[in-house]
Amino acid sequence: MTLLVDVRHRLGAFRLEAGFASDGGVTALFGRSGSGKTSLIRAIAGLIRPDEGRIVLDGDVLVDTRRDIFVPKHRRRFGYVFQEARLFPHFTVRGNLSYGRWFAPRGEVPDSQDRVVELLGIGHLLDRRPANLSGGERQRVAIGRALLSAPRLLLMDEPLAALDEERKAEILPYLERLRDETKVPIVYVSHAVHEVARLADRVVLMRDGLVVATGPVSDVLSAPTLNSGMDRREMGSVLSGVIASFDPPHRLATVQLKSNVLHVPNSDVAEGAPVRVHIPARDVMLAIERPAGLSALNILDGRIETIVADSDGMVTVRVACGGDVVHARITGLSTERLDLQPGKPVFAVIKTVALDPR
Amino acid sequence: MDWFTLSEEEWTAIRLSLLVSTVAVAASLPFGILAALALSRGRFWGKSILNGIVHLPLILPPVVTGFLLLILFGRKGPIGAFLDQHFGIVFSFRWTGAALACAVMGFPLLVRSIRLSLDAVDRKLEDAAGTLGANPAWVFLTVTFPLILPGVIAGMILSFAKAMGEFGATITFVSNIPGETQTLSAAIYTFTQVPGGDVGAMRLTIVAIVISMAALLASEFMAHALGKKVNFE
Repeated sequence: MTLLVDVRHRLGAFRLEAGFASDGGVTALFGRSGSGKTSLIRAIAGLIRPDEGRIVLDGDVLVDTRRDIFVPKHRRRFGYVFQEARLFPHFTVRGNLSYGRWFAPRGEVPDSQDRVVELLGIGHLLDRRPANLSGGERQRVAIGRALLSAPRLLLMDEPLAALDEERKAEILPYLERLRDETKVPIVYVSHAVHEVARLADRVVLMRDGLVVATGPVSDVLSAPTLNSGMDRREMGSVLSGVIASFDPPHRLATVQLKSNVLHVPNSDVAEGAPVRVHIPARDVMLAIERPAGLSALNILDGRIETIVADSDGMVTVRVACGGDVVHARITGLSTERLDLQPGKPVFAVIKTVALDPR
Repeated sequence: MDWFTLSEEEWTAIRLSLLVSTVAVAASLPFGILAALALSRGRFWGKSILNGIVHLPLILPPVVTGFLLLILFGRKGPIGAFLDQHFGIVFSFRWTGAALACAVMGFPLLVRSIRLSLDAVDRKLEDAAGTLGANPAWVFLTVTFPLILPGVIAGMILSFAKAMGEFGATITFVSNIPGETQTLSAAIYTFTQVPGGDVGAMRLTIVAIVISMAALLASEFMAHALGKKVNFE
C-alpha cells in the first residue's frame, strides 16, 4: 500500500499546502486545531476538491488537477469515521453496519460482519437505534460501518474528540485491536498527543496548513524542533515494550523495553501484551549520581547523546539508556550547574505516573 | 328528501372529487420533490424567479390561475395543443383538466412542506453515505428521502385537502359539467343555486367534512408512526 498526497487548497484566508506519503499502518496527521489536518483528510476522502494537487493510492490516481482527474467520494472506497458518529437515525445498528456493504463492489469480500462486531464489542447493540446509544457506542458502530464497506483506506477524523475521557479510554483499546488485527491502512487525525503516541506508526506534524515534520512516531514526538509553546510541552519519548508481569496488590505493571524495565500503574493488562509508553519530556529529571530516597520508581541510567537549547531558556536532553532513548526537558541553568555534556553518563528519573499505556 | 341517502349524481361528484384529488397529488408529487430539491439545494440563476412561480397560485386569485390554465392548456393554447397532438392528452372540459387545476393550486403547499424538511436534513449524513460508496441517487433514496418522508406526507395531505376544496380555478378552466368536471365543491355550489337544494348541499358538506377529517387523522397517524420509527437524535 502506498498513499501519496500532495495538496494545495485555499479556504478563505487559510492556505493548505501539504503532502505526505504513507506505506501502510497508521499515519497520524497531528497538529493543533486550525492546522489544516482536517482539510487534508477531507481532501483525501473527496469531501473537498483541492485547487491543485495529486492524490494517488497504489497507482490509482484519485486526484490530479493537472490532468483534471477527480474521483468522487463514493467511488474512492475510503472508509471515513467522522468526529460525530453520523449514524443514520432511520436504520438500526444492524442496518447502519450493512449500509456500506450494499455498495461494496461484488467479489470484494469485506471483513465478515461477525468478526467486526466482535472486534468492536457491539454485538448486544445490533437491534437498537442510534438515538438509544451512548456516545462511545455510536462511535464504535460508526467505525464498524466504515470497516464493513471494504475500504481500501480508513480515514479517521478525530474520532475521539467529541467524547469524554472515560469514553475515550473505552474506545482506544478497540482502535489498537483494529490497527493490529486488520490490514486496512489508517490515516488518523488528532490533536491529542497521547492518542497519537499510542496508535500511530508514522506522524505527519502540521502547523498553519503546512507539514513541518514527518517520520516515525518516536522521532517526531521527541524532536526538539517542535517550536511552539504547546507543542514543546507535549514533546516526549514514545517507547514500545511488552508487559512482563503484573503486581495486582499494587496495580503495577512491569513493562520490558529494549534494555530497560519500567513500572507502570495500570489495571487490566495481560502479560505479554505489546504496549507503548509515552514519556513527556517535562516529566523526566536528570541526575549525575544515582539518586536515593526518591519516590520515583523508574531510574534509568544512560548517556547523554545531544543537548538542544531552545529560545525560551529550556534545554532538551536526549539520553540513550541502552537501546531506549528518553528525552528530558530541563532548564539551561540546571545544564550548566550539572555541567551536562554529550557523552556524560546520567540517570534519568521518570515519575511513574507519567507513564500510562492507556 | 332523505338526509342520509345520497343520490346517484351526488355519488358521482364524490367519486370524481376523490379521483381528481388523488390523481392531482400523485402526478404533482415527482415535480414537487424536484422543485423542492432545486429550491433547497440548487444554486442557479433565476432561483428566486422559480420560487415566485411555484408560489404564484397561492397568492393569485384562483379565477386568474384558472384563466391562465385555460389560455395555456386549452385545446388552442400553446401547451394544450402540443400535448393534444403529440400525446393525445386533452385537458379542457375533462376531469384531467380538473386534476391539473387542483395540482397547480396545491403545488405551493406540497413544495413548501417538502422544502422545509429538506432544509432540515443533516447534510453530514449524506456525506457519510457518500463515503460509504453510495452515489448521489442512492444517497437520496436511502438517506434523504426516508428523512424527509414525514414532510412529504404532510405536503401530500395538504395538497390533497386543497384539491378537495378547489373551486375557482377548476370551474374557470374546465367549467361545471356533471359526471366530468363537477367536483364536490362545484356540486355544492350548484345545489345552492337551485331552489330546495339546501338539503343536498348539506349532505355533501357533511361528506366533505368527513373526508377532510379522515385525511387529517391519517396524516396525524402516519406522522406518529414515522416519528416512532425515525427516532431522531
